[in-house]
Amino acid sequence: MSISRKAALAGVYEHPLRWAPHKTQYQIMAESARGALDDAGLSIKDVNGLFTSGVGGMGIIALAEHLNLNPDFLDSNSIGGSSFVSHTAHAAAAIAAGYCDVALILYGSKWSSDRFAVGTGGGGSGDPPEQFEGCYGPTTVGDYALAAQRHMYEFGTTGEQLAEIAVTTRKHASLNPHAKFRDLISVDDVLASREVSSPLHLLDCCMISDGGGALVVTSAERARDLKKKPVYLLSAAEACTHTSAGMRDITDAAAKQSGPKAMARAGVSHSDFDMAMIYDSFTITVCITLESLGFCQKGEGGAYVQNGRIGLGGELPINTDGGGLSSNHPGMRGIFLVIEAVKQLRGECGERQVKDCALAFCHGTGGTLGLRHSGASLVLGV
Amino acid sequence: MADEKKKANRPVPRVDEESRPFWEACARHELYVQKCRTCGTVFYYPRAFCPEDMSQDFEWLRCSGRGTVYTFTITRQNQSAGFRNKVPYVMAYVELEEGVRMLTNIVDCDPESVTIGMPVEVTFEDVTPEVSVPLFKPATE
Ligand SMILES: [Zn+2]
Repeated sequence: MSISRKAALAGVYEHPLRWAPHKTQYQIMAESARGALDDAGLSIKDVNGLFTSGVGGMGIIALAEHLNLNPDFLDSNSIGGSSFVSHTAHAAAAIAAGYCDVALILYGSKWSSDRFAVGTGGGGSGDPPEQFEGCYGPTTVGDYALAAQRHMYEFGTTGEQLAEIAVTTRKHASLNPHAKFRDLISVDDVLASREVSSPLHLLDCCMISDGGGALVVTSAERARDLKKKPVYLLSAAEACTHTSAGMRDITDAAAKQSGPKAMARAGVSHSDFDMAMIYDSFTITVCITLESLGFCQKGEGGAYVQNGRIGLGGELPINTDGGGLSSNHPGMRGIFLVIEAVKQLRGECGERQVKDCALAFCHGTGGTLGLRHSGASLVLGV
Repeated sequence: MADEKKKANRPVPRVDEESRPFWEACARHELYVQKCRTCGTVFYYPRAFCPEDMSQDFEWLRCSGRGTVYTFTITRQNQSAGFRNKVPYVMAYVELEEGVRMLTNIVDCDPESVTIGMPVEVTFEDVTPEVSVPLFKPATE
């Protein structure tokens, strides 16, 4: 059974706040839910599928309680920042299978105001594999830095090339009124920023913000009668990768498994895409993801991102909202990849609009490149 | 044990039923990985079966302790206990002569002197009287 064009994104909402010490996590989620339902022209009483992550083991039940929902379908798949990209695919499958017909996907977090050191805190030391890692002081930044260092060694990728990703993303953020960091930066600014974990500098790293968002997914049929132009889910694929019993190539991402599958299932290829949302936890994440997805050859990511190719007006504009590097990153960012792609496909992006945007690729990476991570790919179109 | 953990200057790995032989060897300052007798795969981290074919027929292979740096990072910021005062420190994957890559720290040298491909050899740090962790230092020859 193919899910292609069976389901559509009917409503999206990105919470405008990046700093919300005066709100609760569930409040951010409820406000986002209301925003996305308004956007779709639906009410909370229409919702019969609920998806979330970042709420703890059984938190989705408490979230349903908080929203006074009794959904027919629940899914709190937690595979890191890509969870919400995965939820979008799962929602489409559940809708195609008849398990629910209005799915609400929610995220909210206060990791910034809670002072959660997600990037530079320590790892655990409990169950395997953490017992072989926690004692060595891994940090999120460090785990990605391991991949960056090897990529530079094997392929000659430079700090300047990685910095280009941060510079381009900041330029996009300057066109997004809600983005947290909007002042333009240069390659030199990135290289001059303090090194957090070599070879990654502060401006190679995404921020930690508060924030949240919501997506409403419904059947293609129902979406056609709603307020906004439907954005169809054409295909999806997921994957994960890990240390592979000691033999992993650290310069490959899970995207290598999920990306080509998602494109094949939709019957499209790289040059068909008008834009892409590529999870940018770090600049190196973008470089390796683009290679793994096949937008360029392995090892050529550094050269690929130069000369405006990934900027607005370029061959493949990515992260037009300003990404996690410059717009927002409340711990997990997958939901914002889908929100921005939907807005671009609807033509709602104002100054940062990609002209005639009809086909978009989203890829979420959850976890870390250096140890283990998930990948979730989506092809969206109008 | 709780007191020892508190005194330890890095997180103490939790020794479990699958990893006990590995950690017991480390406590003797010996490094072992596993080799499947069915398919020949050498694997790390330790587990109770071969991750290639799920065979439970494996042997513990004494490592030479020599390897090369596969990749590394000089960590300059880590807020967590045990590492806050260690920065800058080098976290690395070392590729052992036996063919597997293990996460570790490179110690006993200037962090800035570490390079990919650099020959290293194992050394052990006693974290508690019962648990020692394998670290690597520049090879002596
Ligand atoms: Zn085997």
